[in-house]
Amino acid sequence: MSDTATAHHDDHASLNIDNKKLLMWLFLGSDCMFFGTLISTHLIYRKIYPESFDPTSLFSLELTSFSTFILLMSSFLMALAVSAMHKGELKSFRRNVLGVIFFGLIFLGCQVYEFAHFVHEGLTLSTNTFGSTFYMMTGTHGVHVAIGVFWLICMYFYSHTGKMDAHESAVDVEIAGLYWHFVDIVWIVIFTAVYLIEFI
Amino acid sequence: MSQTETATPAPKTSHGHQPHVLKPERSRLGLMRPDHSKSVFIDWLTTVDHKKIGIMYGAIALFFLFIGGIEALIIRTQLIVPENDLISAERYNQLFTMHGTTMIFLAVMPLNSAFFNFLIPLQIGARDVAFPRINALSLWSFVAGALVINFGWLLEALQLMGLFSASGPTAGMTDLAPSGGWFGYAPLSSKEYSGVGTDFWIMGLQILGVASLTASMNFIVTILNMRAPGMKMMRMPVFTWMSLVVAFLIIFAFPAITIALGQLMFDRTFGTNFFNVAGGGQPILWQHLFWIFGHPEVYILVLPAMGIISEVLPTFSKKPLFGYSIVIFSGAVIGFLGFAVWSHHMFTTGLGKVATAAFSLLTMAIAVPTGVKIFNWVGTIWGGRIRFTAPMIFSLGFVWMFMMGGFSGIMHAAAPADAQQQDSYFVIAHFHYVIMGGIFLALVSGIYYWVPKVFGKMWTGSLSTWVAVLIVVGLNVTFFPMHFLGLLGMPRRTHTYLEGFGWSSYNLVCTLGSYILAIGILLLLVDLIRCLRRGEPAGNDPWDARTLEWATTSPPQVYNFAKTPVIPARDALWSHKHGPEGKKITYEDDHGHGIHMPSNSWMPLIASIGFVPLGLGMTLKQAGVPYMGSFAIFGLFVITLGLALWALEGPGGFHLHPDEDDA
Repeated sequence: MSDTATAHHDDHASLNIDNKKLLMWLFLGSDCMFFGTLISTHLIYRKIYPESFDPTSLFSLELTSFSTFILLMSSFLMALAVSAMHKGELKSFRRNVLGVIFFGLIFLGCQVYEFAHFVHEGLTLSTNTFGSTFYMMTGTHGVHVAIGVFWLICMYFYSHTGKMDAHESAVDVEIAGLYWHFVDIVWIVIFTAVYLIEFI
Repeated sequence: MSQTETATPAPKTSHGHQPHVLKPERSRLGLMRPDHSKSVFIDWLTTVDHKKIGIMYGAIALFFLFIGGIEALIIRTQLIVPENDLISAERYNQLFTMHGTTMIFLAVMPLNSAFFNFLIPLQIGARDVAFPRINALSLWSFVAGALVINFGWLLEALQLMGLFSASGPTAGMTDLAPSGGWFGYAPLSSKEYSGVGTDFWIMGLQILGVASLTASMNFIVTILNMRAPGMKMMRMPVFTWMSLVVAFLIIFAFPAITIALGQLMFDRTFGTNFFNVAGGGQPILWQHLFWIFGHPEVYILVLPAMGIISEVLPTFSKKPLFGYSIVIFSGAVIGFLGFAVWSHHMFTTGLGKVATAAFSLLTMAIAVPTGVKIFNWVGTIWGGRIRFTAPMIFSLGFVWMFMMGGFSGIMHAAAPADAQQQDSYFVIAHFHYVIMGGIFLALVSGIYYWVPKVFGKMWTGSLSTWVAVLIVVGLNVTFFPMHFLGLLGMPRRTHTYLEGFGWSSYNLVCTLGSYILAIGILLLLVDLIRCLRRGEPAGNDPWDARTLEWATTSPPQVYNFAKTPVIPARDALWSHKHGPEGKKITYEDDHGHGIHMPSNSWMPLIASIGFVPLGLGMTLKQAGVPYMGSFAIFGLFVITLGLALWALEGPGGFHLHPDEDDA
């Protein structure tokens, strides 16, 4: 949302940060608390019924490592897209954004496959506390990825309208980049604290 | 981003043609209406002006204060004599739940928001908040959340009138209004023990969370980034500082309750096991998550009140605030420690000795910065030339009654004492002294202090004295005996009691006190309405005040300041009026570009309205009402539509060229 109808003051923005960028940083600060709450709930609950259920037999480290790698690469492409926009190279920007969207969709596909597989194996939201916390946390992360993909698709189409101007849009792309990198970092934490930890 | 716009003499609007230059026109409330082609009603619905949004927040908050007050009066009337059967136990549960929820989320928080909205941009010399349309979105989603929370009452009323019968769409639905307490402890709020009312409660609170989070982010950006030149952080008014701390508290505390409510909703809807003991869940998780939010919430409520006091006391003592930086730092420390004391609400749940001792100590530690503030306020009054106006009287009442609430708070901080006081009327006495005696008095003080600025009209002194006397006497008569009731063992949330415990006479006194309090609050509303209808013109600076909002007209123009002020010092207006040369406010020239102001927009309203069908649809669908799934999807569609049109709307805005004499 471009809420640039700001009153005329940012010509001396007291912090020298763009208003929208500051808003995104604050949102991400708040989002840290959301994911912090979800992940800590999982860590507290995951050992409550250890004997009835073994996550290591369910998890496939190969698949999750692959989707983690994919997400990291998408972050790399996102960084390239931001840098291209700063240089005003619209074509390179579009190519990289398409890459991010593609990788994001692969990640979501892996997650859908994983969820379907787990449900088939008998782990649902209501099976036990592990299922409840696992699906709620990874699902929330998946929703974040989906929103990011949707956002970037909109941005890709917007880049064809000819309305992208070098200064303003670079800030918008940078903000989308901040969001995307954050979602990736959260995934690294989830990968470690939810998947890898079960194999220790 | 707007650097380019200021550099160009005639910036483009979203439509691409030359901007229309409008001359503002005064509406009946004395406020500026920039676009006189629209009706007053539509202008208020679509407004993005922080001042109008502030006034609407205030009006809605006072309405819910009235509703919450009626709920409280029914509760107190039920307890007037032993073994009273005015209302059933179930109704009593609904009343105390909705009383707490309404007062905290729908009365005090929006009243704080009213002050934030109206004052912060004026106090820092800005033309508006950083994101005016997001600000309107916050207001309207607050309204949507309030409607969803209170929808249970509406259904109850319809059922009482016989419009819904046992065979109607609400067949099989029990407990239409929430009844699990404002703290919503699982498993009381789980599916086994509560009906559809709890779903309304969960949904409504989630929507209110959207409102609070967006508003807080908006205000942090505004305060950090939109200050007038020269307005350094340590030159900002204390009220703005306290609001900044509150906004940070909200963005870090609300996620915890959002997740907890989400987990509860999943438990109720999809059969997850978060709080379900049979499935391995633990209800104590709810208490932790709730109070990680709930304790900072106490400071979210009280810090703006402390900010108001720190503005009123210096003005009416004709002295600068004693220890400005210490007041700021102690406010920040209170905010920080607020996150470290949540388990003091859970001393009796058996956390173990180490946790209990740690939280006990931390809770006592929070009394230090609070005490520091009290000393600063006393230091401010000390030796001042005190004027006993209504705002001053209420502020002095705050200092006194908040201190009493604080003392009983320290008593709770000692875990062994708390084990005795837990869930008794002693706790009720404590937090009503803090919330009513403290926060509410400060808010009334703020209302009397700033109403002349908001509407440009002055209240008269005679009625306000009666308001002050009735409210302070009513408060003490109502809540002081509750300390004794608690120590005599009367539990809270009990809908009646037997004769012979020695509780009867105290309860009678409490109830009579609550009637006195109610008359006082009614008189307050009468006084406000009289001020609006028949108040004398107030003038720009009736109090000889110290902060920037008094430097502009009353009521302020739509653009706040015709020229951006440059701030030379702390207490800028005061030094401008009474200080040496060189400490005077200067004004920036706009180089003939005029003032760029945002246009009105329907989109925040449309996007927020969507929350109502979404929330109601989701709750009623799982209660088995037909077509509700589609209703929820319709709500989602409206939200998406609003946001999409918002994105397409573009920045917009128009230019104003104020006359030279409009200061």
